[in-house]
Amino acid sequence: MSDQIRFLLDGQWETVGGIDPTTTVLDWLRQTKGRTGSKEGCAEGDCGACTVLVGSAEQGKLVWRAVNSCILFLPMLHGKALRTVESLGGEHPVQRAMVEHHGSQCGFCTPGIVMSLYGRSLGAAGTEGAKIEDVLAGNLCRCTGYGPILDAAKAVPVQADDDAALLAELQKQPHGGLRFSGWFSPATADELAGLLLEHPDARIVAGATDVGLWVTKQHRALPKIIYIGGIADLSAIEETEDGLTLGASVRYGDAHGALGRLHPDLGELVRRIGAVQVRNAGTIAGNIANGSPIGDMPPALIALGASITLRRGGERRVLALEDFFIDYGKQDRRPGEFVESVRIPRPRPDQIVRIVKLSKRFDSDISAVCGAVCLTLAKGRITAARIAFGGMAGIPKRAPAAEAALVGSFWGESSCEDAARALAEDFSPLTDVRGSAEYRLIAAGNILRRLWFEANGLGGTVLSAEAIDV
Amino acid sequence: MSELPPPQTPGLVHAALVHDSAPLHVAGTALYVDDVPEPRGLLHLAFGQSREAHARIVSMDLAEVKAAPGVVAVFTAADIPGENNVAPVAHDDRLLAEDLVEFVGQPLFLVAASSVKAARKAARLGKIVYEPLPALTTIAQAREAGARIEPDQVMRRGDVDQALAEAPFRLQGRFELGGQEHFYLEGHVAMAVPGEDRTLHVLSSTQHPSEMQHLLAHLLKLRNADVTIEVRRMGGAFGGKETQAVLFAAAAALVAMKTGKPAKFRADRDDDMVLTGKRHDFATGFDVGFDQEGRILGLRYDLASRCGMSTDLSKAINDRAMFHADNCYYLPAVEIVSHRFKTHTVSNTAFRGFGGPQGMIAAERVMDTIAAHLNLDPLAVRQANFYGPGRDVTPYQMIVEDFVADRLVEELRITSRYDERRAAIAAFNRTHPYLRRGIALTPVKFGISFTTSFLNQAGALIHLYTDGSIHLNHGGTEMGQGLMIKVAQIVADVFGVPLSAVRIVATRTDKVPNTSATAASSGTDLNGMAAFEAAQILRGRLAELMAFEAGCEPEEVLFADGRVVAGDLDITFAELCSKAHMARVSLSATGFYATPKIHYDRASHTGRPFLYFSYGAAVSEVVIDTLTGESRTLRADLLADVGCSINPAIDLGQVEGGFIQGMGWLTTEELVYDAKGKLLTHAPSTYKIPTASDRPPILNVSLWQPGKNREPTIHRSKAVGEPPFMLAISVWSALTQAVAAAVGKPGAVPTLDAPATPERILAAIAAGKAAAS
Ligand SMILES: Cc1cc2nc3c(=O)[nH]c(=O)nc-3n(C[C@@H](O)[C@@H](O)[C@H](O)COP(=O)(O)OP(=O)(O)OC[C@H]3O[C@@H](n4cnc5c(N)ncnc54)[C@H](O)[C@@H]3O)c2cc1C
Ligand code: FES
Ligand code: FES
Repeated sequence: MSDQIRFLLDGQWETVGGIDPTTTVLDWLRQTKGRTGSKEGCAEGDCGACTVLVGSAEQGKLVWRAVNSCILFLPMLHGKALRTVESLGGEHPVQRAMVEHHGSQCGFCTPGIVMSLYGRSLGAAGTEGAKIEDVLAGNLCRCTGYGPILDAAKAVPVQADDDAALLAELQKQPHGGLRFSGWFSPATADELAGLLLEHPDARIVAGATDVGLWVTKQHRALPKIIYIGGIADLSAIEETEDGLTLGASVRYGDAHGALGRLHPDLGELVRRIGAVQVRNAGTIAGNIANGSPIGDMPPALIALGASITLRRGGERRVLALEDFFIDYGKQDRRPGEFVESVRIPRPRPDQIVRIVKLSKRFDSDISAVCGAVCLTLAKGRITAARIAFGGMAGIPKRAPAAEAALVGSFWGESSCEDAARALAEDFSPLTDVRGSAEYRLIAAGNILRRLWFEANGLGGTVLSAEAIDV
Repeated sequence: MSELPPPQTPGLVHAALVHDSAPLHVAGTALYVDDVPEPRGLLHLAFGQSREAHARIVSMDLAEVKAAPGVVAVFTAADIPGENNVAPVAHDDRLLAEDLVEFVGQPLFLVAASSVKAARKAARLGKIVYEPLPALTTIAQAREAGARIEPDQVMRRGDVDQALAEAPFRLQGRFELGGQEHFYLEGHVAMAVPGEDRTLHVLSSTQHPSEMQHLLAHLLKLRNADVTIEVRRMGGAFGGKETQAVLFAAAAALVAMKTGKPAKFRADRDDDMVLTGKRHDFATGFDVGFDQEGRILGLRYDLASRCGMSTDLSKAINDRAMFHADNCYYLPAVEIVSHRFKTHTVSNTAFRGFGGPQGMIAAERVMDTIAAHLNLDPLAVRQANFYGPGRDVTPYQMIVEDFVADRLVEELRITSRYDERRAAIAAFNRTHPYLRRGIALTPVKFGISFTTSFLNQAGALIHLYTDGSIHLNHGGTEMGQGLMIKVAQIVADVFGVPLSAVRIVATRTDKVPNTSATAASSGTDLNGMAAFEAAQILRGRLAELMAFEAGCEPEEVLFADGRVVAGDLDITFAELCSKAHMARVSLSATGFYATPKIHYDRASHTGRPFLYFSYGAAVSEVVIDTLTGESRTLRADLLADVGCSINPAIDLGQVEGGFIQGMGWLTTEELVYDAKGKLLTHAPSTYKIPTASDRPPILNVSLWQPGKNREPTIHRSKAVGEPPFMLAISVWSALTQAVAAAVGKPGAVPTLDAPATPERILAAIAAGKAAAS
């Protein structure tokens, strides 16, 4: 157990103590270290100007992750390695390519873009096999229109650095917890369970992609924080024939592949949650525990029949995911209890699954409506239906009337139409900045109407469309 | 103005050189205001802001603010020694409110604290008692109440009533056009450092250092000469830092003068978006009469904009909307009525295009409407209406002498295979159950010059040092548009030295005084010319000395490859500079430029406000989902006339960047206010500018090769900053076509509003179907 934060910056150990634990990495870099290369463009994880790489020793390898330093608390770096734009020295192939391809205009987004592309060149988490547009989805540029940046990215080979020395140095650090001025980083799930019994008033932090904003945007004070991101026995991803079990500290990025294998729509949904930097920090359990009516994972997972395991001390209980959400801002979680894992059954061949996210912008946007459908078919009839929506009520919620309209009927255009009409009984959505109540209801219904076309190969979305070639 | 000497050094002017700051950008070593090492004792600032859109302030209890940890001082309007004004023209923007607030978020008081966090936390602790007044927050409400920032302006030519009455066809239409947040990646920031004897040095992220200098001096009861504004670079601006930067600099300056300590104001993103103005949203109506071919006979526009709570630059912005409501089309009889409505929302301001896009898009909607009604290819209607011989007078009586849009359009029509793709799209639309495509080719004609004629001037200052290094300064500011590199190219070429000989430095009001804003796409036209003149003067002096020594005429002296050659003499440029110093020749010169030919009478709205026009054309192909309203631009081909480009790499960057920004304005970028006038979309979590994947997967961008400015501008180049923004109107027009295909009723006129969010696309389809049935 350490009472000081220790991490490697450019291969040198930094030891930091006596600070407010919610100091962000960005503020520390800019204000304390005078490393002003990383920029603040939004302080909420949306623009990527503050992108840095964090390296951690995992299963004998050094795994790099691009993350937003503006919503990363400094203690979350404990036991990790940090690289910033200054680490690259100015002549890295990524930097040269960005210069040669005219990838910067005002230059303010550039350090963040360089770090995202540098991550890609190292094979950092979430970049392997990803389209460059996806690697850069979390880096806004207002000047270039992105073309020159994409060209620069294409010109840079992917080639992992020799990280052996850094890895060895990281592995020297005893992997204990961290505890100082209201911050606790337990090392095991048992330790966490004990700590939470002792401090039921503490705020759990996993990836801080929600909690970080409470600090940077709402100036909320968090006197006690229990950080679960570093807990190895909560990081497990168990992939079996029946399904997937994800520990509480599994990030989107860690599970992206497995979720995509469960169903391609789930993989596509995760691709559109935040962007690389957010997926490299945010957890699926956190998305659930946060209880937001517009979180994307809950509707998808409810439709798939997921359940969660809640743990308090040594006690565990399993809850169908939809039962966790009681009301707006209210979940079935008792003091001292935490989400330990999420279990998602694998869809069967007799099931049709469709998950649709509607937002103003495709990448890195919050849903206006997120709809998920899982239909079980037998001999042309629908024998079971699970339909869930986000953005349609104060909580992620199933659509019993629409489900009832489908169950027992023949699978066809008219049953989809009936289900779509029934949605008006299930939901009376709100109007907000992401969409009006009318739009939400119409679009939700149309997601169901579109199902039939899609199932019959007459489908496609604007995302799968390509320009006419004549 | 006579012809300038052409560029002499290969690889400088007209070469695709990289941005001078690019190596620093990528290394993270380019310094923006917030990166400059902080001086000792620096104070950090935040505003206490109004919660009401329109109210009288009954009382302000700031005791808790003052007592909050870290707070050093709190200021109100009463603490301002001079004029409490940060407005560019009309003296109607306060640094701190006096007894009236006119928008949600308006600054009430100013907190200076030892840290950013302390200042921001304390700023929320003010106890304000308001007496709310009725607030007008929308165009409709302001129209109803008759609230304006100036009387309606009318531009007219010919007898519109008669033309409309006699036209074989006549249609009316209306649409709404949203505003746009600049979303420069670097938010507003300024740092003021007090100097000795009541002087002040301010680092600011501003497009207009001179105006800032003058306003700050006035506010602090100093003389202009006591205040120096410096800006090395901005992290994006797009018009949003033309007038809006003053608020933050004035706050920092006030605190610096009052406390004697340096002070920095860096607005966080939410505050920046709430505190500063945006592109004007418009409600546009038209009444058009036309013939069988779709040729316009008469056109009346009703352009209404939401100016916000003060004048800012709204008069000139709305004028520019009027100037562009013709776009490329000859209007035999026309009346443009422009309403500038006052609302209790943040004062809207300059944004790339400066009202031009809002005017131009109206013309394109008229084209789409006529084409829909006559069932013609909209491109044919556009071409039928182009300016041409005998059809070359604009609504403001300027003759269009340099029209090339017809040639650009024809070239693009062929290279983009417009006709074939249009046919294939129609076929697709007949078969797909719920996806619809659209394609549109739209032209751009954009007037170049500040329409306020006196602003069209610029100065430059060049020093040569005895080692041959060149210190280059001018009144233009760098916001990423590549102004500095272009001017450096121009100057290096004059001296025949490599670009590396030129030291590009910060723009400062104590080097070049009384400058105009870097705006209106004019940066290179004006400053490039002024710097060219300064360089020519110095070259003349050097050539004279060299000629004297070599015993030849000054015209025979050659400057190339860093050497100077005359007769038998062949020395380096550095040697010549050093020689000149020994010979007591001044190695410093200023240059000045004032745009010729332009004049404008605002009372009658006639004259020649522009030296020339920049042209462009774009074809965009889109697809929409008629069930969800989602849309995407699949391909775009852009062609821009930038004359003889000074730097094609920089210009291509402007074209592509402008297009994507315009696409964002018309598609994903939606500003949402609540009924009380409070902006709800004040951060990137809710305000969505394009990401990399929004860029059309196929995007072909070219500069028009035959391009050459008819006017003797600097090396016959043309302005490029703003015009490409309007190439994105092709996306909106293509979406309009896709919506029409979804409605599926020939002759139905388009109803799509902007931005074309999924919700608006669905609404337009529903409205179209309802109207057609
Ligand atoms: C730029 C950006 C884009 C985003 N885009 C999307 C999007 O497209 N779709 C979407 O759904 N979300 C999006 N989000 C939000 C999403 O990242 C979060 O909801 C995330 O999943 C939360 O996980 P976390 O680990 O970061 O949680 P944290 O922020 O650490 O915690 C969130 C909440 O959950 C609690 N908590 C966390 N773990 C547990 C646990 N094991 N047991 C009990 N309580 C726990 C915390 O106490 C806290 O109340 C975005 C966020 C950002 C910053
Ligand atoms: S500053 Fe915008 S993501 Fe961090
Ligand atoms: S270069 Fe200006 S934001 Fe990207």
